[in-house]
Amino acid sequence: MAEEKKLKLSNTVLPSESMKVVAESMGIAQIQEETCQLLTDEVSYRIKEIAQDALKFMHMGKRQKLTTSDIDYALKLKNVEPLYGFHAQEFIPFRFASGGGRELYFYEEKEVDLSDIINTPLPRVPLDVCLKAHWLSIEGCQPAIPENPPPAPKEQQKAEATEPLKSAKPGQEEDGPLKGKGQGAAPADGKGKEKKAPPLLEGAPLRLKPRSIHELSVEQQLYYKEITEACVGSCEAKRAEALQSIATDPGLYQMLPRFSTFISEGVRVNVVQNNLALLIYLMRMVKALMDNPTLYLEKYVHELIPAVMTCIVSRQLCLRPDVDNHWALRDFAARLVAQICKHFSTTTNNIQSRITKTFTKSWVDEKTPWTTRYGSIAGLAELGHDVIKTLILPRLQQEGERIRSVLDGPVLSNIDRIGADHVQSLLLKHCAPVLAKLRLPPDNQDAYRAEFGSLGPLLCSHVVKARAQAALQAQQVNRTTLTITQPRPTLTLSQAPQPGPRTPGLLKVPGSIALPVQTLVSARAAAPPQPSPPPTKFIVMSSSSASSTQQGRAKEAPLPILLQPLPHPLPPPHLEAVPSVGGNRKLGIAPLQLQGLQKLTAPSPPDLAPLSLRLNAVAHLPVFSLHPGVRRQEPRCGRWSPRSRSHSNHPGEWPT
Amino acid sequence: MKGNETMLDFRTSKFVLRISRDSYQLLKRHLQEKQNNQIWNIVQEHLYIDIFDGMPRSKQQIDAMVGSLAGEAKREANKSKVFFGLLKEPEIEVPLDDEDEEGENEEGKPKKKKPKKDSIGSKSKKQDPNAPPQNRIPLPELKDSDKLDKIMNMKETTKRVRLGPDCLPSICFYTFLNAYQGLTAVDVTDDSSLIAGGFADSTVRVWSVTPKKLRSVKQAADLSLIDKESDDVLERIMDEKTASELKILYGHSGPVYGASFSPDRNYLLSSSEDGTVRLWSLQTFTCLVGYKGHNYPVWDTQFSPYGYYFVSGGHDRVARLWATDHYQPLRIFAGHLADVNCTRFHPNSNYVATGSADRTVRLWDVLNGNCVRIFTGHKGPIHSLTFSPNGRFLATGATDGRVLLWDIGHGLMVGELKGHTDTVCSLRFSRDGEILASGFASLSHDSRVSPDIYVDFSGETA
Repeated sequence: MAEEKKLKLSNTVLPSESMKVVAESMGIAQIQEETCQLLTDEVSYRIKEIAQDALKFMHMGKRQKLTTSDIDYALKLKNVEPLYGFHAQEFIPFRFASGGGRELYFYEEKEVDLSDIINTPLPRVPLDVCLKAHWLSIEGCQPAIPENPPPAPKEQQKAEATEPLKSAKPGQEEDGPLKGKGQGAAPADGKGKEKKAPPLLEGAPLRLKPRSIHELSVEQQLYYKEITEACVGSCEAKRAEALQSIATDPGLYQMLPRFSTFISEGVRVNVVQNNLALLIYLMRMVKALMDNPTLYLEKYVHELIPAVMTCIVSRQLCLRPDVDNHWALRDFAARLVAQICKHFSTTTNNIQSRITKTFTKSWVDEKTPWTTRYGSIAGLAELGHDVIKTLILPRLQQEGERIRSVLDGPVLSNIDRIGADHVQSLLLKHCAPVLAKLRLPPDNQDAYRAEFGSLGPLLCSHVVKARAQAALQAQQVNRTTLTITQPRPTLTLSQAPQPGPRTPGLLKVPGSIALPVQTLVSARAAAPPQPSPPPTKFIVMSSSSASSTQQGRAKEAPLPILLQPLPHPLPPPHLEAVPSVGGNRKLGIAPLQLQGLQKLTAPSPPDLAPLSLRLNAVAHLPVFSLHPGVRRQEPRCGRWSPRSRSHSNHPGEWPT
Repeated sequence: MKGNETMLDFRTSKFVLRISRDSYQLLKRHLQEKQNNQIWNIVQEHLYIDIFDGMPRSKQQIDAMVGSLAGEAKREANKSKVFFGLLKEPEIEVPLDDEDEEGENEEGKPKKKKPKKDSIGSKSKKQDPNAPPQNRIPLPELKDSDKLDKIMNMKETTKRVRLGPDCLPSICFYTFLNAYQGLTAVDVTDDSSLIAGGFADSTVRVWSVTPKKLRSVKQAADLSLIDKESDDVLERIMDEKTASELKILYGHSGPVYGASFSPDRNYLLSSSEDGTVRLWSLQTFTCLVGYKGHNYPVWDTQFSPYGYYFVSGGHDRVARLWATDHYQPLRIFAGHLADVNCTRFHPNSNYVATGSADRTVRLWDVLNGNCVRIFTGHKGPIHSLTFSPNGRFLATGATDGRVLLWDIGHGLMVGELKGHTDTVCSLRFSRDGEILASGFASLSHDSRVSPDIYVDFSGETA
């Protein structure tokens, strides 16, 4: 087939009509058919010859695109005068015209006003050629810097996460000779686990997290430290740079477990502290991680979802709920959850249906406070129009009554009032566009009142507004709408028993997602013995690590165990290394960084002895110090991508 | 069936099979031992065995070597003897060396002496049986600076870690930024201190990649003021005001397709579309000579590893051997049927290899200008060539994306390296010949990477 095409191409000759047209344009009216034929053959041959020579210039110029200058040089070879001024902006500069049964292609030449050209400001001078050096490989190992391709491409990460058995072997073989640091270990270990417990494989892909000792290079440790500090620090400019680095750097794959734990632990601690600012920063980190095109987060979703969900539905997120705008955080986190659902929900993990279930449960509950109610609705609404249609619209009437009772009734609490107000505007905001699509144009106040109760009239006016801005709205809706393919909302509502051993897993995990929130929130109210409000930073550490183990176990153990306070594991030996950190704000975060830095292992496994990890770290470090300083220096400089990139001498040096 | 001419043809004609004498002997012996008369009869009846003398080839080799534009090279073409061994290194006293090392680190002294003796001894004492006579090609006298270079080189060699699958190199990667597809040629000096780039805008740019900046010599009037007896006269003649990291050489009137540093780093050669090869001085950063002769674009040029000679090849289908002090070529290597795309000197300077758009690689004898080897097998124009440092192998890359390894001794292909999907633009062996790096132009993959990928093997331990 391809050969045929080639053959055809090599036999192509110009049509003899072209010769006639050219002759006519030269003023020769009558030209014989035979002459035309001869001319066609000759011209076709010449054109091919020139094309062949031009191709040589292209190849010798190490390009893959033929340029007009290549043709010029080829013409020069044949002693033909080159085509002057043939540097068109467009790829094909010809215009097409037809009329009177004839088709014509012509070269459009507009009249140029010289004064226009003179008066236009000069374009920017193009940057001069310069040299830039980076390490492509250090003793056969490719450093993860922006200049190099990512160590593990997204497809491979995805394959590891979704098909660990298939990817385990090639991963091992590939990484083995490369001495990839911990790169091959993750899939290999995942595979080992599968062998031991094959029945767990079904329906529990969330368990396939890396269970090996991860080693981070010194540069990576420094990077992690700086990035996490910048992300939760006080300098907004630094934070923007750090977030940009997270969202764009290709080499973060190795650090994902650490970032994921950092975020989940950070949320856990700061929810208790009601530190709204830090929660927002952490959510922005999640967003940046999600935005990084080289990362596949599937393996860490189990840690991220509870953290994000906490920020949506937590009863209290800030110290002054009446003043602070924690609603924005809830909205932002709700969008994040929707994004997670869109990316990672599959028929096996059912993330979306489980999330919907969690939201619905807390919304339906009569005693749910207004803040949580707001979060649940926002979370549901962000999941798309179908979810709004099936889950929110039927409850509008009921919800309207509740809102009215708070807004119109005696003022019991200002906070409740604000909450109800926000819930109302949220409902109106999300439901109006959906209703505008569902219902036919004549919008009748009474019909709305009949269907949606007290919210009806307001809804009606919003729907009318929505229709008015239909075009604009449609675009926005399209942008936010998520295509929900498999987990149909009807399924999520029905308590259909899932077959086999999957049922407990399915029912349990949403519980464990919601649970840390509740324990932590109730920790403030009832003050149970374990996660008591921290008098010193050390207790924050231990409580966070304890709850991390709690959660780690929770995924494997049946539900009852989750509620029992677990005995504290080994006291972390590096506690004494924690420097004193002043200020209440940083309380939860500072020790966490140190933890991440010193614990050179994957954070998830609860049963790894911290002592051995420390030894590992110590044994690992001197290896680097033995290296000549010069050699390590440069890649490290390169690693400081966000700042060095934006402030380098040649700002526009990377063509995008 | 009976009257069918095709059938008749199949029945009566014999199938021609080319087989080497060794293989034929083995086959015959095997059949006789096994008393397998029937097969022997079939062989006798239906096969015509064309026996040739020489190395037997595997099926892979046969497949890879057929299919050139002008057919497979004749056996006779590759029969002449080629002295592919390296020349004897001149005896250089290295007392300096010893002192240095003792001063540097005392503990490493006993260990280091041994390998150094070995490496120097093996090179200088034993004459390589495959090496050409020392004076087969007249070579320039060694200067003092060359000797210093050689000493440095030897020192580095002794410290170098031998590369291999277990010991992979560290690679420093230089990217030309903002080149806008204009970079057409690159060369790096042997000591990795200078990089030259030829550009489509007719310029040649020279960068210093070490902290030492590029300085040109002072003007004649200033030079006359300098005390010529002083010790640091070489330092004094340099003009500090001209120090910069980058020097741009203007002179060509077309894209520069080839660039090559002289081994002593004093000169730079460039070849261009305008049909000239230019010799530039890296002391004054001016053009010294324009060698005219090709008349058509000159695709490649390279200095001999001993300096003085250089070779160029271009669109006029010939490669020319020049000497820097002659304005006319010393030899013209004619024989290729299409453009000579790349030219390389053999490490012993006695041979020149050329890769052509006619899909063949030829090896030419510098002494008499004869073609001594023809390597066929590439399915596209050859775009890169490189000799292994020991002089025994030649690696070639072409637009078909294959890299083929040839043994110069018997002229057969010894290996095929697959993996590239497009033109292999550049090839380089590591200094110890253990690793071959190949680069290819790719717009689609990563536009940041300059077309020429040059790899600097800094394998020595610091």
